[in-house]
Amino acid sequence: MSSDHGHRPTPPGTLATVGALLRKELRVELRTLESVPAMTLFAVTTFVLFHFGLNRSAVDGDLAAGILTVTVLFAAVLGINRLFVADEEQGGFDGFLLAPVDRSALLLAKALALGLYLVAVETMAVAAFALLLLKPPLTQALPELAGVLVLADIGIAVIGTLVAALAVRTRARDLIGPLLALPLLVPVALACARALTPLLSAGGAGGIPGRWLTMLALYDLVFALIAYAVFDFLLED
Amino acid sequence: MFFYAPNDVDQGFVQKILYLHVPLAIVSLGGFVAGGVLAIMHLRTRASKWDMRSYVAIHMALIFGVGVLITGSIWARASWGTWWEWREATLVSFLIVFLLYATYQPVRFAIEDRERQARYASVFAITAGVFVPLNFMAVRFAQPSYIHPRLGGGSLTGEMLATFLLSLLGMTLLFLTLVKYEMTSKHTSAQIASLRRRLLGEDPSELPVRRSAAPTLTTTTP
Amino acid sequence: MANVAAIELEQVGRHYGERAALSGVTLELEAGRTLVVFGPNGAGKSTLLRILATLLRPQAGSVRVLGHALPAERWAVRARVGLLGHDPLLYRELSGRENLVFHARLHGVPAGRVDELLEAVALTRRADEPVRTLSRGMVQRLAVCRAVLHQPDVLLLDEPRANLDPAAIELVEPLIGRAAGRTRVVTSHDPAGGRLEADLVLGLRGGRPALLASPADADPAAIAALYR
Repeated sequence: MSSDHGHRPTPPGTLATVGALLRKELRVELRTLESVPAMTLFAVTTFVLFHFGLNRSAVDGDLAAGILTVTVLFAAVLGINRLFVADEEQGGFDGFLLAPVDRSALLLAKALALGLYLVAVETMAVAAFALLLLKPPLTQALPELAGVLVLADIGIAVIGTLVAALAVRTRARDLIGPLLALPLLVPVALACARALTPLLSAGGAGGIPGRWLTMLALYDLVFALIAYAVFDFLLED
Repeated sequence: MFFYAPNDVDQGFVQKILYLHVPLAIVSLGGFVAGGVLAIMHLRTRASKWDMRSYVAIHMALIFGVGVLITGSIWARASWGTWWEWREATLVSFLIVFLLYATYQPVRFAIEDRERQARYASVFAITAGVFVPLNFMAVRFAQPSYIHPRLGGGSLTGEMLATFLLSLLGMTLLFLTLVKYEMTSKHTSAQIASLRRRLLGEDPSELPVRRSAAPTLTTTTP
Repeated sequence: MANVAAIELEQVGRHYGERAALSGVTLELEAGRTLVVFGPNGAGKSTLLRILATLLRPQAGSVRVLGHALPAERWAVRARVGLLGHDPLLYRELSGRENLVFHARLHGVPAGRVDELLEAVALTRRADEPVRTLSRGMVQRLAVCRAVLHQPDVLLLDEPRANLDPAAIELVEPLIGRAAGRTRVVTSHDPAGGRLEADLVLGLRGGRPALLASPADADPAAIAALYR
C-alpha cells in the first residue's frame, strides 16, 4: 500500500478508548434494540404481576419502595445477561483485545452503557409505576427519587458488568448471571428500598436518611475498585 | 486430629448446640474469606496450587455452611420456636453468602478450559470474599441485631468461655485437617492419573477433555 | 544492521486441559519473510497464530516478536501485529465503515485511512450497509482491511484467501501478500501454492512440529502426510 509513511499510529488514551467503545455500544443497541425495550416491557409486566400477586391496586411506603426496587433489579438482570453477548458472538472481544489500549476501558464503557440503559428503563418504568400502582403523587419527591435510583444504578452497573463478563464465557450463562448478580446486589437493593420508602410514603415526603445514601455510595465505591482490579483477568487468556 | 471437649453446662442440651453452631459459622465465613485471599495469590503467581487451595477452602467452607444452617435451625426451633427468623440479620446475611457460594462449583463446571476455569474462579472468590464482610455490615445496618444472641460483652464466662474457645479451636483444626486431606487426596489422584497414563502409553493429546468443577494440579513435566 | 529475527520461538507450548494444543515449537523467522504453516484442523495452527497475536499466553517455552518477549511485553507487540482469523471480528449490525472506524479509533489510526482501504478493496459503494447484508467474500475483504488498518509489521493470516474469488484475491494481494513486504505467518491447506509463497515451511500435527524446512527442502509428500 502506497501510504506507508513509516508513521506509527499512536494508541488512544483511556478516555478516548472509553468514548470509542461507548459509541459503538450505543450504536449497536440503537440498531438492534435488544436491551432497553425488553427491560422496560419486563418492568411494566412485573408491575402487573405484582398487582395480581399482592392483590393491591395502589401501594405506598415500604411496599412501593420494595416493588420498585425488586422490579428494577430483575429488569437489570435482563440487561446483564445481554451485555456481552454481541461481543462474544461476533468476535468483539478479540477485536478489542488486539488493540493496544487499557483493558479497563471496556469495564468502564460497558458499565456506563448498562447504567444508561438502566436510567432509560427507569424513566419509563417509574412513570408506569406512578400510573399503575403508586398511591402518593410522584412529584412529591422526584429529584430525590432520581438521586437514589442513580446511586443504585451505579452499583448495579458495576457489579452487573463484572458478573456479565464472567458469565458470558461460561456454559449456562443466562443462569449464572442472575445467580451471581442477585446476591451481590442484595445490599444495593436493601439500601435502595429503605431510601425510597419515605419518598414514596403518603403524606408528603420525608427526607432520605443520609445513611442509606452513604451505604450505597460506599458499596458502589468498594465494588468499583474490586471490579477495576480483577476485570483484566477475565479478559485475557 | 481434632478433639471435641464434652461440655458440662447446666443450661440444657440445646445450649450445647451453640458450641457447634458458632464455631462452624466463624470457621465457615473465615474459610470463604481465606478462599478469596488464596485466589489473590493464584492470580498473582499463576501457580495452580493456589487455585487448588482456594477451591478446597471454599468447598469446605460451603460444607461447614450447611452445618451452620442446620445447627442454627435446630437451635432456633428450640429457643425461639421457629425454624427461621427473617428479622434476624445474622441469619439472613449468612443465607445470602451461602447462596452466593453455592454457585461457585456450578460456575467452575460451566467452564471447560482448566486455565480459564481457575482464573474465573479466582475472580469469583475475590469478589465474593470482599462481599462477605460487606454483606454482614449492610444487613446489620438495616436491621439492628434482633434476638440472635451475641457472644461479646461477658455473656460467656468461666467454664462456658473455655469450652467455647476450645470448640472454636477444635473446629478450626478440623477445617484445616479436612482441607489438607482433600488437597492431598487430589494431589495423589492427579499423580496416579499421570503415572497411569505414562504406563499405558496413552498419548495425552488424544485424551478426551473431561469436564470437571475441581481443579487438578498440573503434574505434566515441562 | 543485520536482519533481526521478527519472530523467535523456543519450545513453545500451550495446553488445553490435559491435551497439548501446541508443544515443542521452535523456529526463527527473519523480518520481511513468510512462514507458511500446514497441518490438519486441530493441529495447533490457530493456537500458534493467537499466541503470536498476544491473545493467548504461551504456557511453555519462550516467544519473541519483533524483539519483544511475550507475554511480558505484549503491550509493545500489540500495536504492531495484525490478525486475520476465521472470525472477521466485525459487528453484524454496524456497517463496514462503522466497524472500521471503530477499530481505527481503538488503534489511533486517522479516519482517512479507512476510506483508503475501502477503496483499495473496492467496497466503497457498500461500505455503509450493515455487515450482515454483505456476502462472505465482501466480509472477508473487510476483515482484511481491519487487519491491516494500523499498518502492522507482522501479519498473522489464517487461511486469508478463504471465501475470496480470484478478483478479490488480486485486490487484497498488495495488502497482505508477499508484495506487502511485511513479516507474515500464513496458514494454508494448499501444499503447492503455500510452498510458492513461503520462505520457511512448518508442518504441525497434533500440536507438534512434524516438519520445519525451507520450501526447497520441504517434500510435498511429507506435507500431504500431515493430513493423514
